Amino acid sequence: MNMPTDQAALDALIRQRLDEILPQKLEELKASKTPSMSIIATKGTLDWAYPPFILGSTAAALGWDVQIFFTFYGLNLLKKDVGDLKVSPLGNPGMPMKMPFGPDWFKGIDWNKFLMPNLIQSNLPGFESVATMLMKQTIKNNGVATIDELRSLSKEADVKFIACQMTVELFGFTHDDFIEGIDYAGAATFLPVAQQSDVCLFM
Amino acid sequence: MNFDKELDAKGLNCPLPILRAKKALAEMTSGQVLRIMATDPGSVKDFAAFAKQTGNELLSTAEQGKEFEFYIKRK
Repeated sequence: MNMPTDQAALDALIRQRLDEILPQKLEELKASKTPSMSIIATKGTLDWAYPPFILGSTAAALGWDVQIFFTFYGLNLLKKDVGDLKVSPLGNPGMPMKMPFGPDWFKGIDWNKFLMPNLIQSNLPGFESVATMLMKQTIKNNGVATIDELRSLSKEADVKFIACQMTVELFGFTHDDFIEGIDYAGAATFLPVAQQSDVCLFM
Repeated sequence: MNFDKELDAKGLNCPLPILRAKKALAEMTSGQVLRIMATDPGSVKDFAAFAKQTGNELLSTAEQGKEFEFYIKRK
C-alpha cells in the first residue's frame, strides 16, 4: 500500500468536502450566535447620557446581549434621580442654541452663531441651567424619550449595567446613590466580556 | 390589511417606535400581525432593519403625507 498517495488523496477529498460544507456551516454558526455589544459610558451630562441608553435599548430590542460599563462621570447616569443631569455650552461650540418655542423663523435661529462667544455665554450666571432647560424642552417637543425612560426600557430589556467600583469610591458615592440591579465590578470583569463582543464602544 | 394589534408611535422619535414595537410583538403570538403608525422619517429604514435582524416579517411599508404605516408579522 502506498501511504503517501493515499494520504494525498484523503487530504484532497477532505479539502473538497470542506469547501462544500464549510461555507454553509459558517453561515449556520453565524446565524445561531446572539450578537453582543459592550459600551463604556464615561460622560455624565444630559447630552452624553443619550448614546449609551439609545444604543443599548435598541440593541436589546434587536435581540442582542448588551452590557454597559459606567465609569468616572458616567456613574451619574446610574443615580436614582437623573432629572438633574445638565448640558453645558462651555467648551461645546458644536451645540446649537435654538429656542424651543416661538414662531418657526425664531426657532430656526442658532444663537451660538452670532450672539456672543461661547466662553462669555457660559460665564453668565445660570446659563447652564437655561441651556439645560432649553434642551429639555427641545427633547420634549421632538418626541425624544427622557433619560429615565430610556434607562428603564434598557433595564426591562435585560441590558446589563455594571458600575466601576473604583470610581464609585473615588467620587465618594455609595451603592445607595444608584438604582437597583447594578453589578459593581472592575476592568477585569469588563474586558473578558468585551473581548467576546461583536460591537465595543467607548462613549 | 388585517391586523391583530395596533401601535400608535406617532410623535415618537428614535428609538422609541422600535422599542414599543418590540414590546408589542412580545405580547403577541406567532403569525399575528402588528400595525404601526409613526411619524419619524428614520423609522422607514429602522423598521426594515429591525425586521431583518429579529426575523419578524415586514409585510408592508406605506407613506401617507408625513405619516408612515408598517405591518409586521410576528415570527
